[in-house]
Amino acid sequence: MPKDHGIGASPKRREDIRFLTGAGNYTDDINVNGQAYVHFLRSDVAHGRINAVNTGAAAAMPGVVRIFTGADFEGVGGLPCGWCVTDRHGEPMQEPAHPVLAQGKVRHVGDPIAAVVAETAEQARDAAEAIEVDIEELPAVVDMKAALADGSTKVHDDLTSNLCYDWGFVEENKDAVEQAMQDAAHVTTLELVNNRLIANPMEPRVAIGDYNRATDESTLYTTSQNPHVIRLLMGAFVLGIPEHKLRVIAPDVGGGFGTKIFHYGEEAFCTFAAKAINRPVKWTASRSEAFMSDAHGRDHVTRIELALDKDNNFTAVRTETYANMGAYLSTFAPSVPTWLHGTLMAGNYKTPVVYVNVKAVFTNTVPVDAYRGAGRPEATFQLERVIDKAARELGVDPIALRRQNFITEFPYATPVAVEYDTGDYHGTMDALEKIADLSGFEARRKESEARGKLRGLGVNCYIEACGIAPSNLVGQLGARAGLYESATVRVNATGGLVVMTGSHSHGQGHETSFPQVIAEMIGIDESMVEIVHGDTANTPMGMGTYGSRSLAVGGSAMVRATEKIINKAKKIAAHLMEAAEADIELKDGQFSVAGTDKSVAWGDVTLAAYVPHNYPLEDIEPGLEETAFYDPANFTYPSGAYCCEVELDPETGKVTIERFSAADDFGNIVNPMIVDGQVHGGIGQGIGQALLEGCVYDENGQLLSASYMDYAMPRADDVPFYNVDHSSQTPCTHNPLGVKGCGEAGAIGSPPSVVNAVIDALQSGGHDVTHIDMPVSPGRVWAAMQG
Amino acid sequence: MSQVTMTVNGKEMSGDAEGRTLLSQFLRDTLGLTGTHVGCDTSQCGACVVHVNGQPVKSCTMLAMEAEGADVATIEGQAAPDGTLNTIQQAFQDHHGLQCGFCTPGMVMSAAALLKENPKPSEAEIRDYLEGNICRCTGYHNIVKAILAASGQDVGSIAAE
Repeated sequence: MPKDHGIGASPKRREDIRFLTGAGNYTDDINVNGQAYVHFLRSDVAHGRINAVNTGAAAAMPGVVRIFTGADFEGVGGLPCGWCVTDRHGEPMQEPAHPVLAQGKVRHVGDPIAAVVAETAEQARDAAEAIEVDIEELPAVVDMKAALADGSTKVHDDLTSNLCYDWGFVEENKDAVEQAMQDAAHVTTLELVNNRLIANPMEPRVAIGDYNRATDESTLYTTSQNPHVIRLLMGAFVLGIPEHKLRVIAPDVGGGFGTKIFHYGEEAFCTFAAKAINRPVKWTASRSEAFMSDAHGRDHVTRIELALDKDNNFTAVRTETYANMGAYLSTFAPSVPTWLHGTLMAGNYKTPVVYVNVKAVFTNTVPVDAYRGAGRPEATFQLERVIDKAARELGVDPIALRRQNFITEFPYATPVAVEYDTGDYHGTMDALEKIADLSGFEARRKESEARGKLRGLGVNCYIEACGIAPSNLVGQLGARAGLYESATVRVNATGGLVVMTGSHSHGQGHETSFPQVIAEMIGIDESMVEIVHGDTANTPMGMGTYGSRSLAVGGSAMVRATEKIINKAKKIAAHLMEAAEADIELKDGQFSVAGTDKSVAWGDVTLAAYVPHNYPLEDIEPGLEETAFYDPANFTYPSGAYCCEVELDPETGKVTIERFSAADDFGNIVNPMIVDGQVHGGIGQGIGQALLEGCVYDENGQLLSASYMDYAMPRADDVPFYNVDHSSQTPCTHNPLGVKGCGEAGAIGSPPSVVNAVIDALQSGGHDVTHIDMPVSPGRVWAAMQG
Repeated sequence: MSQVTMTVNGKEMSGDAEGRTLLSQFLRDTLGLTGTHVGCDTSQCGACVVHVNGQPVKSCTMLAMEAEGADVATIEGQAAPDGTLNTIQQAFQDHHGLQCGFCTPGMVMSAAALLKENPKPSEAEIRDYLEGNICRCTGYHNIVKAILAASGQDVGSIAAE
């Protein structure tokens, strides 16, 4: 019988009440007394030299308070990059300056040139239209391979080329991989594109800067997944404000998916301008602005080779990838195609040698950074597509080929520098075969064919590295940050608890799931636990929420802090009951002395901690509040097997998803309802990538897909009900909860099965099509069918 | 600027509006009803759906002045005065039909309009009706399930949770 509270239960989400009644507190819902509004004048060309910005006429427009240009930011820091990748030759990546407002040149459509601060948003927008900008348009660099050609226009004049880095991993394996390719009985090669996406959380970004001249304190309200990271980056690197004079608040945030991790110029601008004009300054992005200023995702062009021996064992994988960085380096951009991608190229398989080459390229496009999955979807897609292609070439069952090559013994050290602690890939595949009703597929195919449609079935596996990340390891790999997480657990005198976490919830339901853990540990009701997050003033320094890390890392910090609380509470209980501390047991909110009928309640102990009349003051301090910082020993490795069934209309090329099944292994699960929801959402985004979404630039660097009219977001009628299963559970061995993380799995695991299914459908209809790039639009399918 | 008066959630409310002021702006900025959200600028996302004289309307597509004298219902008026969620709101909570909550007000208002005109919609009818409401978090699974449940239909047989 399912539990009704604690770990493993699915209590209804407490945050829902405010979201369902219009009582949420999103950043744009906040208005600070006296605020002015900012509108950014953005470049409408992809590449150009700024000859002049004349603000005279605009400054005289009604309501204008002040207009800022790049000149106002001379001497102010640029936006920092949080990760330095070292290239194949031991050299650091090329790292261009990233000004808050353009200095001398614009480098992508949407690059901010000037900012008008006015009494109303409309006045700011009107005045921005009156700014005269003289830009000498330069040739735009859009295609990555063209950008690397000799004589290409350079995005940054002060860099040697448009190559950010040329990374090889594992460089020492390069020759062994070449040898394996030569020795192989069969090599399958596939060239593919991992399409550029736009994260599109439904809440556009917002920033409000506020400054208190009396205290010299700045406050930034922002739509962020990690307010402490923003405070550190903006304070230390851009504006020179020490942390104790800078508060960053990220209240209710309407989705993130990675694109709200990064520190953006608009945040720094509002903070800077609020001090400059001594008034609060508010910016609310329009969706059109979001398309051209939120960091984009994916955008890899890859050639992958899979070598197999005569018995169909994988013997080597080699990839060459071009990864688009866009015009500037967004906060964590360099890490995505390297350490979040290359380290996953072993997948679920015991391939002995792997070599990954990645060339990161600057182009005149919006910066590209982490989007749900970040590097791992790119790794999964290429690997699972090439395996499917190999199975077809060899005439073997794609599931059998995968099973034959599964890693089965753990821990397993991959040839790409990570060690999987646990997993059961046959287990998830078994679960998948059951829920996807594979045995019924042929009948369903016949039924589709009877209606003149083609039907295809595609399967893939995935593995991801989550619970980001061991600080000492990522430090060696170039991270300029630690990736621990923090929690302060404050117990009140009457027994209630407040957990102040460095994690940030923007849809994940931490306010509901985190209390389940504490309730389980102490044996009290979840309603006695409150979660506080999103404000640097009342949470310990933490790194925020991304990389499926909140429960695995932030939850672990909360467990450690709670353990400290329990240990101290046991000392108090021992004193109250005149017993030895070692004999104290805590169960169901009662401390008892083992082997006796003596007990005191949780509330008696917490009260004693704050009213210490009968209290061991010589041994311990009053009060009951503890902080823990948890730094993971390893990544976590969720894995799974996904299956997609499509129907394809040969008349139009339109593909519809008929069935989608997902079997995941997330280790232990705290709230199954929330975990299912995370997987559903990830699958929705993965289907979006596979069939619908694609960010399109023309050859001049104009962003053609810059609104919901042109960028195809998945709608309710594009997707089916999903069949998800989390019965396969191999707990993580190195965090106290045994959890692995579930936020990104759906987006990582779903695109290959969709494309595999489309290829299967086409081949079943006699079409010799081996690959179609995403998004697999009707036009592309139809064109492929015409040969 | 001129004054616009309308009945919002049963209460007469007035405020100044420019000719270009959108109903969504008026509700949020002038009346302080920030439950109505704005997620795009092309009338695509549906986060701003409210009811005007009983009809669902994307409030970013309507001028505040056009709502002069109208009866407007927003998410803030959906629960009972004592805070009890209405059937649709409760179904969204029961079936985890929301995550970040940003699209939710529009989803609830659209669902209410759907169930008014079609009290027992099929899955396909729900999906079709929600074509103008974008959610990025849920993959729509639990939204559709919640609306089926709110209409009194059995959702026990729907694949997994």
